[in-house]
Amino acid sequence: MLQIGLTHYLVLSAILFSLGILGVVTRRNAILVLMGIELILNAANINFIAFSRYGTLNLDGHMAAIFVIVLAAAEAAIALAIVLNIYKTFHTVNVDEINKLKE
Amino acid sequence: MSLIDILFYFFATIAVVSASIVVFSRNIIYSAFSLLFTFFAVAGLYVLLNADFLAITQLLIYVGGILVLMLFGVMLTHKVVSVDMKTGTLKILPAALITSMIAGTLIGIFTVTDWRVAPLQTGDPIPTAKGIGEMFMTTWLLPFEVASVILLIALIGAAIIARREKEAK
Repeated sequence: MLQIGLTHYLVLSAILFSLGILGVVTRRNAILVLMGIELILNAANINFIAFSRYGTLNLDGHMAAIFVIVLAAAEAAIALAIVLNIYKTFHTVNVDEINKLKE
Repeated sequence: MSLIDILFYFFATIAVVSASIVVFSRNIIYSAFSLLFTFFAVAGLYVLLNADFLAITQLLIYVGGILVLMLFGVMLTHKVVSVDMKTGTLKILPAALITSMIAGTLIGIFTVTDWRVAPLQTGDPIPTAKGIGEMFMTTWLLPFEVASVILLIALIGAAIIARREKEAK
C-alpha cells in the first residue's frame, strides 16, 4: 500500500466536493443546500492545506484556508437570515416551490 | 502501515460516510448532526497535515458557529412535531450521474498529474500560530482588514435582513 501522500488528500477532497455538489443540486430544502456549500468549501480547504504540507505553498495555503473559513461564516449568517425571511413570507423553504421575488 | 496512515483512513472514512449521510438522509436533523462529524473529521485531517491552528479554527468556527446557526435555521423553519422534518430530493438520477462524472474526472486528474512535491520536512512539526500571526500583520495585512470589514457588514446585514418583519408593521 502506498504511503499517505498528496494524492490521497486530493482524492478525498474530490469525493467531498462531489458529494457537496450532489447535495446542492438535488436537495429541496434550502438549509440542506447551504450544508452542501459548506461541504464544498471544506473540500477546497483540504486541498489548500494538503498543498501547503506537501507542495511549496507553505503558510500561504493556511492563510487562504483561514479566509475561506471567514467568508463561509459570513455567508452562512447572511444566507440563514434570508432563509428565515423566505420562511416568513412563503411558509416553506423548499427551493423548487419558491419562484417569486415578491409576494 | 504507520499510525498516521491508519489515522488518515479513519478520518477519511468518517468524513466520506458522514458527508453521504448529509446528502442522502431523509431527515434534516440527521443531516445537520452528521455534518458535525464531517467537520470533526476534517479538523482531524488538518492535524495530520500539521495545521494545528486551522484545526482549532475549524472546530471553533464551523462546529461552534456555523453548525449552531444551521441548527437554528432548521429548528426555526420546520415544525418539529410534524412530519415536516422529512425532505425530499429532486431529479436524483441525472444529478448523481453528472456528479459521479465530475468526481471521476477530478480523481483522474489528481492521480495522473505529476505534482511538484517539495521534500518533506522531517522531525517534529512546527507550530503554525506564530507564523500565521506574523503573516496577518505583514504580507496579508490588506486582506485581513478587508475580511474584518466584510464580517462587520455581514453582521449588520444579517441582523437587518432577519428583523425586516417588525419594521414593516
